[in-house]
Amino acid sequence: MTARIGVVTFPGSLDDRDTQRAIRVAGAEPVALWHKDKDLKQVDAVVLCGGFSYGDYLRAGAIARFSPVMDTVIDQARAGLPVLGICNGFQILTEAHLLPGGMLGNDHLHFICRDQKLRVENADTAWTTDYTAGQEIHIPLKNMDGRYVADQRTLDELEGEGRIAFRYLDVNPNGSLNDIAGITNAAGNVVGLMPHPEHAVESLIGTGRTDGLPFFTSILKKLVNA
Amino acid sequence: MARVVVDVMLKPEILDPQGQAVQRALPRLGFEGISDVRQGKRFELEVDGPVDEAVLARIHDLAESFLANTVIEDFTVRVEEVAGAAK
Repeated sequence: MTARIGVVTFPGSLDDRDTQRAIRVAGAEPVALWHKDKDLKQVDAVVLCGGFSYGDYLRAGAIARFSPVMDTVIDQARAGLPVLGICNGFQILTEAHLLPGGMLGNDHLHFICRDQKLRVENADTAWTTDYTAGQEIHIPLKNMDGRYVADQRTLDELEGEGRIAFRYLDVNPNGSLNDIAGITNAAGNVVGLMPHPEHAVESLIGTGRTDGLPFFTSILKKLVNA
Repeated sequence: MARVVVDVMLKPEILDPQGQAVQRALPRLGFEGISDVRQGKRFELEVDGPVDEAVLARIHDLAESFLANTVIEDFTVRVEEVAGAAK
């Protein structure tokens, strides 16, 4: 038996199909979820994918956060359901206060698209156990609102508790505080990051690296061994 | 009918690159002496019926939970008389 991982499609989502494919490549079963449905179809985990949900009007992720599907995702994430937010998904998780801090426009005011070097800082979350702490990986990054901000107390807490999951290396592409590319909640079941691991799961395309695949194999192992 | 205005600004300690870009353009336009610009959002809510304490409290809740993200933004709520409207 394999794990069933839900991928939510909002109006304006872009990477739902790529995310479903990455889940399949890892050996799990992707399940399409719809923003208007409160029903999560009994999935074992949920991915909030990239894109511009509801046009990113008001703030990135601000309207998606109040969609029917998010009511259930927020409740179940607090109860331990593994949730991964990629790019717009990360923004939705901060708007939903499942992750601390907030996301703002890149400090240089331009959209950015590049292969980004990252360091894995926390390999103990539900989504990162197939990495090793300190490992350096390359993952595509593409966004407008990628600047992670939080007050000093929150930053100190994240640093002190090892909750910065990924950090930008070589270049800080958007002005994120403390070079933060991704963070985890205290329990380790909710992870958000700006770069796109679902675009780096097959050697044939993209950078030719599969550095994003461990996100999906990590969660599969956790769920199957549970 | 009355209008309630909600102004939303980034918290003072958070970098505002859009405001900075505006500020940097000012000298080229002949505007000297502006040392800082910060850019925010203004929401105009047209309210049916009178704006009493209860309505204002509900709008305050709306601003706090939705119009502003209080992790990164501050907001103010005020009533504005609509010009020409019957009092």
